[in-house]
Amino acid sequence: MSKNDLLNGHFVAWMDAEKGPESDIVISSRIRLARNLQDISFPYFMNAEKGNKTMQEIREAWRQSEDQLLSSLELLSFDNTSAWDRQILVEKHLISPEHGTAEEAYRGLLLSEDGSIAIMINEEDHLRIQVMLPGLQLEKCYDLAQKIDDALEKRLNFAFDEERGYLTSCPTNVGTGMRASVMLHLPGIAISGQRNRIFQNIHQLGMAVRGLYGEGTEIIGNYVQLSNQITLGQSENEIITNLGLITRQMVEQEKILRKSLQQEMRYQLEDRVGRAYGILTNARVINSNEALTLLSDVRLGMDLGIIKGINPYLINQLVVAIKPGHLQKRSGDEMEAFMRDVKRAEVIKEILLKSKQSEIQSEKEE
Amino acid sequence: MFCDDCKHKPATVHLTQLVNGKKFDVHLCSECAAKKGFLLFDQDKKFSIPNFLGSFLGGGFNLQDMHSLTHDSRCQNCGMVFSDIKQTGKLGCSQCYKAFDTELEPTLRRIHGNSRHVGKIPLRGGQKAFLKKELDQLKSKLQQSVKEEKYEQAAEIRDQIKLLEKQINEEESK
Ligand SMILES: [Zn+2]
Ligand SMILES: [Zn+2]
Repeated sequence: MSKNDLLNGHFVAWMDAEKGPESDIVISSRIRLARNLQDISFPYFMNAEKGNKTMQEIREAWRQSEDQLLSSLELLSFDNTSAWDRQILVEKHLISPEHGTAEEAYRGLLLSEDGSIAIMINEEDHLRIQVMLPGLQLEKCYDLAQKIDDALEKRLNFAFDEERGYLTSCPTNVGTGMRASVMLHLPGIAISGQRNRIFQNIHQLGMAVRGLYGEGTEIIGNYVQLSNQITLGQSENEIITNLGLITRQMVEQEKILRKSLQQEMRYQLEDRVGRAYGILTNARVINSNEALTLLSDVRLGMDLGIIKGINPYLINQLVVAIKPGHLQKRSGDEMEAFMRDVKRAEVIKEILLKSKQSEIQSEKEE
Repeated sequence: MFCDDCKHKPATVHLTQLVNGKKFDVHLCSECAAKKGFLLFDQDKKFSIPNFLGSFLGGGFNLQDMHSLTHDSRCQNCGMVFSDIKQTGKLGCSQCYKAFDTELEPTLRRIHGNSRHVGKIPLRGGQKAFLKKELDQLKSKLQQSVKEEKYEQAAEIRDQIKLLEKQINEEESK
């Protein structure tokens, strides 16, 4: 695997559901640490000269580092990364939408081979160290992020204040500079109409609930991002433990609701899943929202054993493969919305049917 | 809001210009304003206006907003004033946290229910942050003693500063 595979293929580390605990409900875990260099203007107020200088300084720190993990990363400087490729990175959750559409050449990304580590350079903060793994693995994510942080700190002067902690561009991140988040798939909670009640409770616990691509995005396909709001006055461990506890409670709730759906509404559930699969494997034109919603149903059907021959990795991959950037990359050309809908239907059918065939194949062999 | 002239620093000087009886608003950062001869700060941060009339686009100016500059604290490192931060929701640089310490306190409490960091401390930077804090304190003490013409005391503080700076250098090269 390399940078090119990440830009051209579908795979990223967080999709590999088999390697993550609770991955039938917790799609992925992520830790993000915001770090800044002392005294240099934060990126929002930075001119090109300072931006380039900061990029240079970070590049040197990375190049000269003796740390194995840090030096194994690959640098993508945005002056030679196309807008297309940046869109691909956004859709794979490796960079923020804001970083993907920004024009400044002094922005960039340090990326690990499998996409589990991605450090955004000159986004809202000078550095945003991100680690993303499949399933519920917040501790492991933090462990890796911490190692990268320590390695960078050996060569860079981070802005830190005894009282306020790590200093960040936005006061909502100051302190630990840490945002811990999990991406959850919660069809049971959605179908049983419990979503608003449960989400309200989560807000009261100091956590934020968002859509698939973070801040300001709507909840589609029952994918929900849960993250800590507070970064000052709580330690990293406390934040991770709290989020972990709430996530486990959500997982329990979701499991209970899935079970009761299965017991009390078996026919309706099987009907819903079967119809979703039918549409996905037969549609000729399909928009993104409809596809995501139906994929969520298929995923639920797969988790409950109603549909066989599809694995969670495949669905994780599909959720990303049907995004505009990935569709256009696949066809090698820019496409209008309607043609994307046509291409999307094609891609879904291809991937779903291929896996079905291999299942039939393996049944024959048995 | 960014400076009309250099387009990248926050505008901190807001002026109304009169040209042929029409009003125009002009927004400049402190540096560009100073370059154009609008205002110069003297030691006590009171501004003086040296012959500014006619020095900019040949117009006249109304300085209604300028008095606010003497009240608004300013980050000496990046030139931000607190009203810019309120407007954008973002700070200019790491030193802004010190420059607007009192103004930020209630904001931080509102966001986090807390204003004191209890998490990770960087191995190297943490020690250095501590030494730098001390250094800042010593430097202002030094200024004070010079002002009060206590030269003996000033010499002592200067020695302490030298020692501390050496320590900080050692920390940096670790
Ligand atoms: Zn300017
Ligand atoms: Zn500042």
